[in-house]
Amino acid sequence: MLKLDKKDMRLFIIVALMTILAPFILNPFPEGSGLAQFNAGYPDLMQRFVIFGIFAIGFNILFGLTGYLSFGHAAFLGVGSYAAIWMMKLLTMNVIPAIIASVAIAGVFALVVGFISLRRSGIYFSILTLAFAQMSFAMAYSVLTPITGGETGLQPKVNDPRILDAALAPGATPSAGLFGLEMRDSYELALGNWLFTFNFGYYFAAALMLVAFYTSMRIFRSPFGMMLRGVKSNQQRLNYTGLNSKPYTLAAFVISGMYAGLAGGLLVAMDTQVGPERMFWTASGEVVLMTILGGAGTLIGPVLGAGFIKYMENIISKINESILHQWFYWLPDGLEDLVVGMIYPFIGKGWHLTLGIMFMLVVIFLPGGLVEGGQRIGRWVRGKGRKADATGDKKSTASTPAE
Amino acid sequence: MDAIILQILNGLDKGSAYALIALGLTLIFGTLGVVNFAHGALFMLGAFCAVTLNKLLTLSFITIDETQKDFLGNPLKVETPYIEGWFGPEVAGTVIEWSVPLAILFAIPIMILVGLVMERGLIKYFYKRPHADQILVTFGLAIVLQEIIKYFYGANPIPTPAPSAFSGSFDFGALLGFDPGTIIYPYWRLVYFGFAAVVIAGVFAFLRYTTFGMVVRAGMADRETVGLLGINIDKRFTIMFALAACVAGLAGVMYAPINSPNYHMGMDFLVLSFVVVVVGGMGSLGGAVAAGFLLGVLESFASMSQVLNVLPGINQIIIYLVAIIVLLTRPRGLMGRKGVMED
Amino acid sequence: MGILEVQNVNKRFGGLQALDRVNLNVEAGTVHAIIGPNGAGKSTLLNCFVGRLTPDTGSVMFDGKSLLGRKPHEINQHGVSRVFQTPEIFTDLTALENVMIPAFAKRDGAYKLNPFARVAGESEIRDKAEEALKDVQLADKRHQHAGEMSRGDKRRLEMAMCLVQEPKLLLLDEPTAGMARADTNRTIDLLKHIGETRGITKVVIEHDMHVVFSLADKISVLAQGHVIVEDVPENIKGHPKVREAYLGEAQV
Repeated sequence: MLKLDKKDMRLFIIVALMTILAPFILNPFPEGSGLAQFNAGYPDLMQRFVIFGIFAIGFNILFGLTGYLSFGHAAFLGVGSYAAIWMMKLLTMNVIPAIIASVAIAGVFALVVGFISLRRSGIYFSILTLAFAQMSFAMAYSVLTPITGGETGLQPKVNDPRILDAALAPGATPSAGLFGLEMRDSYELALGNWLFTFNFGYYFAAALMLVAFYTSMRIFRSPFGMMLRGVKSNQQRLNYTGLNSKPYTLAAFVISGMYAGLAGGLLVAMDTQVGPERMFWTASGEVVLMTILGGAGTLIGPVLGAGFIKYMENIISKINESILHQWFYWLPDGLEDLVVGMIYPFIGKGWHLTLGIMFMLVVIFLPGGLVEGGQRIGRWVRGKGRKADATGDKKSTASTPAE
Repeated sequence: MDAIILQILNGLDKGSAYALIALGLTLIFGTLGVVNFAHGALFMLGAFCAVTLNKLLTLSFITIDETQKDFLGNPLKVETPYIEGWFGPEVAGTVIEWSVPLAILFAIPIMILVGLVMERGLIKYFYKRPHADQILVTFGLAIVLQEIIKYFYGANPIPTPAPSAFSGSFDFGALLGFDPGTIIYPYWRLVYFGFAAVVIAGVFAFLRYTTFGMVVRAGMADRETVGLLGINIDKRFTIMFALAACVAGLAGVMYAPINSPNYHMGMDFLVLSFVVVVVGGMGSLGGAVAAGFLLGVLESFASMSQVLNVLPGINQIIIYLVAIIVLLTRPRGLMGRKGVMED
Repeated sequence: MGILEVQNVNKRFGGLQALDRVNLNVEAGTVHAIIGPNGAGKSTLLNCFVGRLTPDTGSVMFDGKSLLGRKPHEINQHGVSRVFQTPEIFTDLTALENVMIPAFAKRDGAYKLNPFARVAGESEIRDKAEEALKDVQLADKRHQHAGEMSRGDKRRLEMAMCLVQEPKLLLLDEPTAGMARADTNRTIDLLKHIGETRGITKVVIEHDMHVVFSLADKISVLAQGHVIVEDVPENIKGHPKVREAYLGEAQV
């Protein structure tokens, strides 16, 4: 089924189940309890998990497979967002045209940028992509204001043409939807002290993420994906083997640009607004972080990385000093202040510091990211169980490549 | 004509900063083979050395002056810097006033120490790792450094004035025979340019005329052969890293009065400095300096209203545009050597 | 009329005349060895065949078509494969994948963008690759990562990568350098064996005279960028010009 081998199928089913059950999984703590602030099962954050998951999966197709490190992928995210918002302004608040346009236009833009940038490799490629993204940002900010809304960005307005939609009642705010269902529609389920929110926007984005994930699996397992890994491993050999690496890398670049465009379109579908800061190079840096942190070149890594960083950003940054004091109230006063004082720089507004440190630790000690960490723990646990036999079977590392 | 001279001058100070940072980046890349994304953070640390010295000098004790009342009728609290108490107002006033130039002395040991710790503690483990890993780990380090600064100094820019002796402007126009007031240029920027020129000349002289520098240059050209001669090249390269950190730091110290230091200034300059290095040619010291000034001046030309009328927004993108054109037409940059970063 | 005809090829690097009016004529189905002292221009010449370098003047014709100005992948698609002096393989991939890539290149051409095809469904390619691995005695190591192999295994893997393409011309740059005598003999057998069954033309650069005289049908001696002698092996031994070239080197 689905033309996946057994192992991939199992992974795909696990990911699908996790996304479907996310409202439960991410809300393990009852409402009103001290730990409720660690709940991530609210629509806004869940949407971000899957949308940035798509962004990172796409980035991984380029970086993880070919090794080309783009420092400008946020440009495609931004272009996708602008394309989507214009569809909403001109055609309809239905998200279908917006999503299609965001993928298509980001793809065309990626074709142009990729065609030029891929003439160089290594750090030169990184700088070229960075230059294009920064130019896009600067232009969206200034010259292109008629198209991009400049610094303030764009939102759908009541008096936009929207030729496919019926006129809005005066005073109504346009909101994005899909054939009558609105992205912000939610169904809340209360079970005892627990409250679970099932948001339509989340499930719409999650469905697209599953499609994106499945597609990336197929790409990884295709001859095309094998050639891309060949590019990363030894591009020269690939050329002397009779393969023209340019169309392969360009195709990977365009595909990853389309993924970014899709993510950008979905962001607009959820909050119906866009500003140029979405294209700033720090946003490009963020997707690099996600992919590396999760595990570049692995299938599931980018999704994990995206979830991890977005969770940190939203949850850790919300913890403040008084919450810390609540946690450590049981310590003697002086010690309590000391502990709180030691933790404080790393939480709240300081979460970037935690992120930076974690990122360094991952690059230094775990170049394979969280996925490698998981594998190591798994091996360690299994190794412990096996020690009873006193037969050190070390051949268990022969796992499928690029798993 | 006067407008052109003015723009060249305006471009020089930013160009100086680009050139100094790019010089350090190139030194590190050429010697250690490491792409250092934390170099902008070193520039930022330098600027905060100036801020810190200024704060230290103005550390004050509070006295209550019964003779003066505030508008509520309470006695006024007067802050007096400690050094004023020790040396009297005149000496203290001068010292505080000159805190930015003094910070050079303060910053040199700090930056050298930072550089040594960074190289020995982190960078040396990345010599043999791929460039992508080097970029990523130093990028992480840059985030950490700027967040630490943000934690201690807050997110807002901190104005750090230059000595008032340099606060005025110099009327270049009058000197060159134009109408007075057409080309005026702040003294401090002139100082900055002069300072940058001295530092750059110093680094080049050091590399050219000392035995140490010769070994380093030989090592840049062919590391293995120099290693075979029994010369401990790694140790020298560590020192070069510290020197590059120091150059970036000094560039930051002196830049503090031009642009009030904030925690993300390093990243802003880093991105542009990398573009500068690539335009100049990876591994070429002369290229880095030349491209730094060139792009600084070009940026300032692009900001002229006459240019902006024809090409709106060009000032925002000119550097990137030049980088793209140079990279596509001269793959190795303006003065790049063959074989650098081409595998 | 040879399958590979090199006429009057010149290549200068700055002040160094690396190749000086080189002529070479390789007959189809034969083994042609190129020998000569270090720095004679052997590798430079090979680089001119595969598109890594372009000669300043002269012509390189293969199977009736000029190879000059063509990209490496085009030359390979014409039927020229090369084994490098230091093995060039895909270190992050398994041995089997290393050989499947050239097999794909042979079947699908310089590129085929098929992101939704499945490697698992390509049994024909896989069989071919396994066959080639068997030829070089690596069948039992097919799932090993190429980067973790011994140097000798890497060389044989690279050989398999070339053989699976069934090239018309196989270029070998010191295929036995650094090998122990037993391995060298095995490689000689292998090269002879493919020669018989598939009729591949081979150009070999080699220092080991044992290998050269076991394999070569014809030998060209290169010195200071110039072909000083081209003849059958029996006439090369003891040829005064050859001795001069090698002794000249020894005196330096």
